[in-house]
Amino acid sequence: MSNIKNGKGVIGWIDYRLPIFSTLQHTLIDYPTPRNLNYWWNFGSLAGIFLMIQIITGIVLAMHYTPSVEGAFASIEHIMRDVNYGWLIRYIHMNGASFFFIVVYIHIFRGLYYGSYKSPREVLWWLGLIILLLMMATAFMGYVLPWGQMSFWGATVITNLFSAVPVVGTAVVEWLWGGFAVDNALLNRFFALHYLFPFLIVGVVILHIVALHTHGSNNPLGIDRKGPQDSIPFHPYYTIKDLFGLSFVLTIFAAVVFYAPDFLGHPDNYIPADPLKTPAHIVPEWYFLPFYAILRAVPDKLGGVIAMISAILILFALPWLDTSKVRSATFRPIYKKFFWFLFIDVIILTWVGGSPAEGHFILIGQLATIYYFAHFIIFMPIIGIIETPKPLPNSISESVLNKPIKDGT
Amino acid sequence: MKNYYQIIKIFFISFILINAFLSNVFAAGSDAKITKMNFSFDGIFGVIDKASARRGLQVYNEICAGCHSLEHVSYRNLIDIGFSNEQVKEFASQFEVMAEPDSDGEISMRPAIPSDRFVSPYQNDNQAKAMNNGAIPPDLSLIIKARAGGASYFYSLLKGYEEAPEDKELSNGYYNIAYPGNVIAMPQPLYGDDVEYLDGTEASMEQEIVDLISFLAWTAQPELNDRKSMGFRVFLFLVFMTTVLFISYRKIWKKIKS
Ligand code: HEC
Ligand code: HEM
Repeated sequence: MSNIKNGKGVIGWIDYRLPIFSTLQHTLIDYPTPRNLNYWWNFGSLAGIFLMIQIITGIVLAMHYTPSVEGAFASIEHIMRDVNYGWLIRYIHMNGASFFFIVVYIHIFRGLYYGSYKSPREVLWWLGLIILLLMMATAFMGYVLPWGQMSFWGATVITNLFSAVPVVGTAVVEWLWGGFAVDNALLNRFFALHYLFPFLIVGVVILHIVALHTHGSNNPLGIDRKGPQDSIPFHPYYTIKDLFGLSFVLTIFAAVVFYAPDFLGHPDNYIPADPLKTPAHIVPEWYFLPFYAILRAVPDKLGGVIAMISAILILFALPWLDTSKVRSATFRPIYKKFFWFLFIDVIILTWVGGSPAEGHFILIGQLATIYYFAHFIIFMPIIGIIETPKPLPNSISESVLNKPIKDGT
Repeated sequence: MKNYYQIIKIFFISFILINAFLSNVFAAGSDAKITKMNFSFDGIFGVIDKASARRGLQVYNEICAGCHSLEHVSYRNLIDIGFSNEQVKEFASQFEVMAEPDSDGEISMRPAIPSDRFVSPYQNDNQAKAMNNGAIPPDLSLIIKARAGGASYFYSLLKGYEEAPEDKELSNGYYNIAYPGNVIAMPQPLYGDDVEYLDGTEASMEQEIVDLISFLAWTAQPELNDRKSMGFRVFLFLVFMTTVLFISYRKIWKKIKS
């Protein structure tokens, strides 16, 4: 490793001309990290691993998949039956998408709890949200590829949303379809884009990490580091911790892939697409359910679409909506409660999104939607002003080493 | 330690959540009665009962194949459930498929060979419709995975034919308590004495349905036995690796924590 710096040897020679090795050394080895990160900080690197898993399994699947209305469904069954370990590759890719979302949602809630979106990490937060939007587009298009009943009808419902756009709506939808119905043209372009988007995500992830390393990680106390005693090198401390976390999550992942591979999927997607037969309930994948609930909570189509998009866009404004100077919810008694209310609210939205839009579900969905927006637009700014935060510790090392905490902010 | 509890708590909540909404989404209409059953392939160590699957093939072939295709399965796949190459060849050769055009461009019929897919009873969907009062009998290759309730639904469906209540409108259909809506276009296919099993097993309604389920669970998930045995080894390995990494983590961090 010392060769990197003195320019000797092959690695040193290359690094002198293209500093990839010193960049890696900085990112994965030296990177000074707060010494008090808890397990919720494992989820960023986990997201990166799941992104890699999706890309690798996806490329293998693409080698055997046929993007055509006649061939798609049968080619998936060909992968499941005739390709060596094709079933394993496909089940990993299918469930990998779900785990990717679980991991990223936890990662986002971590950010919400510890105020990681506050100065100087706003751009880091925005890049994360762009990743989220790209992930959603990728997952949606991927789900269309097997061309089962839910693929087809999900694509129909979601692409039709664009018809809510005033004046040009119909034109936009036909442009998306490349025709007058969800058909071969759409399947082909979705395949092309589903292959492309993960690489865009890789690009944004690199920017995300550059932004992260500019000011370093936040930490559970939400206070800035005061000196070298507050940091430890990434390697070996966080490499081993991330590896342990990875192994733990992979164990759960393996249990799902091998013992309940279709648990998170929908049985209707094992029925080939039939444009003449609408399924009884059209439901998106579980990770879209909160947004689907918000979409359906508004009686007007255009209004629903706007509400659904705003549900994510509003997260971009958090650095301003949160008026508190204190980052970590640990020291914010009122915000901490509201954080958990929001979490429960999102669970309720998920549940409503997966239920038929009838009876009491309509009202529950509407109330939960109003609460979701109220949390960000009303409660967050107000809490920041009226709340008295608990006293912050003087420094990370002091708090970690359990020295008595003095008063003061 | 607080952290572990927190993480376990969240996983637990999420699990309940997932369960809650899945049962919500997939619960068939209240008019469909499904009996929850246990099968040989349930659970962590459950596998497909191959002898039963072979009998299931016989039931499928003698009763269901007249109406239902099995288009994702090839004859050669039957080797997986314990048939010999010879048996598969012989089984395949009773069906006819279209041959490649000969040198004059004429297309003739030839006996099927093991690499052919199961021959469909119909030329196309329109013929299927015409022969079944307008309803297309679905392909059965994936049927166990393609219905909410899976094998239990299938079991309940085949047992679900009953005398229709007076007020039920049954145009072109039959009354079935497990089918959503209770009116199905398929006439009752099984009565209990439908086949004479080649292996000497005595036929009964229960026996025939269970055998069909073994067979169709296999056609839907031919990888099931491999998947579970591989999964067990992978899982054990990962548990071991997680333990080792956890111990290393504690050891490396000792310097920092004190
Ligand atoms: C006379 C032709 C015929 C025979 C023989 C027949 N079926 Fe069917 N089957 C149908 C038709 C037609 C449908 C479509 C029913 C509908 O759409 O209402 C159907 C539907 C089904 C379904 C799907 C029900 C659903 O949930 O949509 C299953 C499962 C099924 N059959 C199994 C079998 C099995 C197993 C056998 C052999 C024991 C069998 N069928 C024999 C005609 C037949
Ligand atoms: C492909 C998806 C993503 C990858 C691979 C990824 C990767 C990472 C990594 C490796 C870290 C450092 C480790 C950590 O703090 O957990 C990190 C930090 C962070 N990420 Fe992400 N991320 C992804 C998506 C997102 C999304 C969707 C958001 C939010 C909108 C987000 C917001 C953040 C923030 C705010 C931090 C800094 C956390 C802190 O220091 O407190 N990330 N990300």
